[in-house]
Amino acid sequence: MEKFYVEDKKNIKKVAAKKETIDFLLNYSKSLKIQKIKGITYESNIN
Amino acid sequence: MELQIADSLLIQNYINGDEKSLETLIKRHNQRLSGFIYSKVKDREITEDIFQDTFIKVIRTLKKGRYNEEGKFLPWVMRIAHNLIIDYFRKSSRLPYFEGSNTFDIFSVVHDEKLNIEKQLIKEQIDEDLAVLVEELPIDQRDVLVMRMYRNMSFKEISENTGVSINTALGRMRYALINLRKLIDEHNIILTD
Repeated sequence: MEKFYVEDKKNIKKVAAKKETIDFLLNYSKSLKIQKIKGITYESNIN
Repeated sequence: MELQIADSLLIQNYINGDEKSLETLIKRHNQRLSGFIYSKVKDREITEDIFQDTFIKVIRTLKKGRYNEEGKFLPWVMRIAHNLIIDYFRKSSRLPYFEGSNTFDIFSVVHDEKLNIEKQLIKEQIDEDLAVLVEELPIDQRDVLVMRMYRNMSFKEISENTGVSINTALGRMRYALINLRKLIDEHNIILTD
């Protein structure tokens, strides 16, 4: 059976977004306000 | 066993103002989405950027109440990421690339066969000098040399074309090269790069 060899298993890291990126997204979400006034959607970012 | 809240319920909660649900959604799909992006762009920083832009689009769509794919959250997010990856390659005019590792260098198997501009100029000069010298050869020798070197004909073909035997054609070629060397010496021409 064909085998696949990996060069160095210790160096394999799973790719995942950093904590800072997730925090940024959560803060962005908290600060983003969407309002609909007379059928028009308004976006505002309150920092 | 911990019971996992369905994506659809988390989305609903988030739309209703529960920010914690978004955190759960991001963390739940972080590895899968990041892995997908990384498999295309092969760069951790760019993966991070595209991941961030993907969720910014997700957040804006959910907050605007435009999300209508209940139960298919991950495929929807993947589609957004996929479009952003295409945008990235379009913007940077880059194709997915292969990067060598410590034990394998891609340039050991891929070569640029083209001469650089300096070598190209030298080659052109040599070709021009040689063409002038070939013109000075006796006509029978010149014909054989041109047919052999410039038209890549075999001695059999040369023999048939010139109406002489193969041995005569070989002899003419031999004298053509000897005379060519003499001409090069006489003219003090250097035919190397």
